[in-house]
Amino acid sequence: MATAAAAPDLEPASSFLRRRWLSGQLFPYALITPSVAVIAGVLAFPLGMLVWLSLQHYGLRELIAHQGEWVGLGNYQAILADPLFRQVIFRSLAFTFTCVALTILLSTLIALLLLKVRRAVSVVVMSALVFVWATPVIVTVDIWQWMFDYEFGVINYLLTQLHLGNFIHHNWFDNPVQGLGVLVLVVVWGAIPFVTITVFAGLLQVPGELLDAAEVDGAGPWQRFRFVTAPMLKPIFLIVTCLSTIWDFGVFNQIYVLLNQRPSADYYTIAIYSYRESFGVSQYGLGATIAVLMVLVLIVVTLFYVRETVRQAEIA
Amino acid sequence: MIAPGTAQGVQAGRARTATEAAARVMVPRGLKQLVYDATGIGVAAVMLFPIYWMIITAFKPGRDILTLQPKWFPAPFTLDNFKDAIARPFFLDDVRNSLVIVGVMLALALVIAFLAAVGTARFGFRGRTAFLVMIIGVQMVPLNALIIPLYMLLDSAGQVDALPGVIAIYLAVVLPFMIWTLRGFVANIPVELEEAAMIDGCTRTSAFFRITFPLVGPGLVATAIFGFIQAWNEYIIAYVLLSSPHNQTLTVWLASFTTNHGPEWGPLMAGAVKG
Repeated sequence: MATAAAAPDLEPASSFLRRRWLSGQLFPYALITPSVAVIAGVLAFPLGMLVWLSLQHYGLRELIAHQGEWVGLGNYQAILADPLFRQVIFRSLAFTFTCVALTILLSTLIALLLLKVRRAVSVVVMSALVFVWATPVIVTVDIWQWMFDYEFGVINYLLTQLHLGNFIHHNWFDNPVQGLGVLVLVVVWGAIPFVTITVFAGLLQVPGELLDAAEVDGAGPWQRFRFVTAPMLKPIFLIVTCLSTIWDFGVFNQIYVLLNQRPSADYYTIAIYSYRESFGVSQYGLGATIAVLMVLVLIVVTLFYVRETVRQAEIA
Repeated sequence: MIAPGTAQGVQAGRARTATEAAARVMVPRGLKQLVYDATGIGVAAVMLFPIYWMIITAFKPGRDILTLQPKWFPAPFTLDNFKDAIARPFFLDDVRNSLVIVGVMLALALVIAFLAAVGTARFGFRGRTAFLVMIIGVQMVPLNALIIPLYMLLDSAGQVDALPGVIAIYLAVVLPFMIWTLRGFVANIPVELEEAAMIDGCTRTSAFFRITFPLVGPGLVATAIFGFIQAWNEYIIAYVLLSSPHNQTLTVWLASFTTNHGPEWGPLMAGAVKG
């Protein structure tokens, strides 16, 4: 922004004013107006309402009466004092970190692999990725639930056949550590296509001459990736990490469906917890409070990425 | 050790390649390619397996679905599940709804996002940073938490259980990402190209439409695909805000297979294959 925005100030005042009038300093504002109008028009009221709800006692009775009872920060005090909330936050952060790290790592490896394979193979891999990406989450979680079914699931059968142990009638969700492991698998599987395709698109933009030059200078494959490819992909890694963190922190469908719409407290992530408070026990005020806290935690977690992402964008 | 990058180093490198290439490099290279290709096929197979499982389940008769020994191929092959799926009420209605919602939404989103992308990529202005931060920040809000307020908003606009309300919500949800992605594509096209066209006699507008716009084509396609997938697959908003069955989307229709008696895997998978 610095260069672009500061440039007009350096010009003589008269030409500055004329330019502003003629070519229109107002023009860029006209360009972003429709999007601001749509986003603000649809989301401003609900967001304000969410914060408003979080400051009230708002149950089923209040919902019907359209009249909550003002409790100020009471909901926040109640939630922050709840030991369950701390567990949930910790679990969500650990879950998100695991998913994002695995997603970025595996996707980058697959994207790099795509550069190496012959064309026919890369078409096959790409089609597979698009296929997975294009299948609705609500459908894929059903498939996974079916595959991990303790009685008729293909996974248990497969693992037993491969002599990796006796998995007949093994219920993966009895043990939360295993269950969350399965959920990580499902989430990462679903996240890989988008990230891989994005990273791969970025890789194609890295000039081959640069890599050749580095190779001539004696850089090995890792050094070429570390010092040539990775810096050029930095903006892409930033935005992808940022978005993955946002999406994985808010993970809902996978947990809700795989645990038959009744996840036990061991499986509460922040989005499930908020949903349970709102729609499970009809404490809409508390649910809203959790949602607001969730956004605040997310802001803190992604602060660095958002700042770097915006900074990179402004340089470009 | 000879310092890499010096003339000496390059010379030495060349000499080594020349003498040893045939014996040492040629054979492993073919092998290496094979390993790469095999790994690629392996990745594709692992990623596709759940989808494959869905598809073959769709072609299996009920008694072959619930077996302790899964069948890898739909040996007795049946289309009954598909017939079952289509025969369920509102299938065509919901397909049409999905198409209308996504089509209208995408057309609007592409125009609006493109304008904003050009605005933020080509112009510096006061408030640009704030706009970019808003674009990212909006995506942090959990959609589930907004259901009740969104319902109230649509209710006051008389748009509950109506397609325009859902279109507007999808638009607001998909726009931030689309703007961000398109912005990257526009920013990557050098302004110098436009300037060259202007020197050759184009006006600023015609330079933009003749030079930049065609180059953003792939970006528009990529962004449209993303928007399409997001909206087509969205579930919770459509489920809550479109209550009557003839107004729902295909994704909601699919999810309705999971009935109270437990999921009916065959028809469900058959429906999903078509979705």
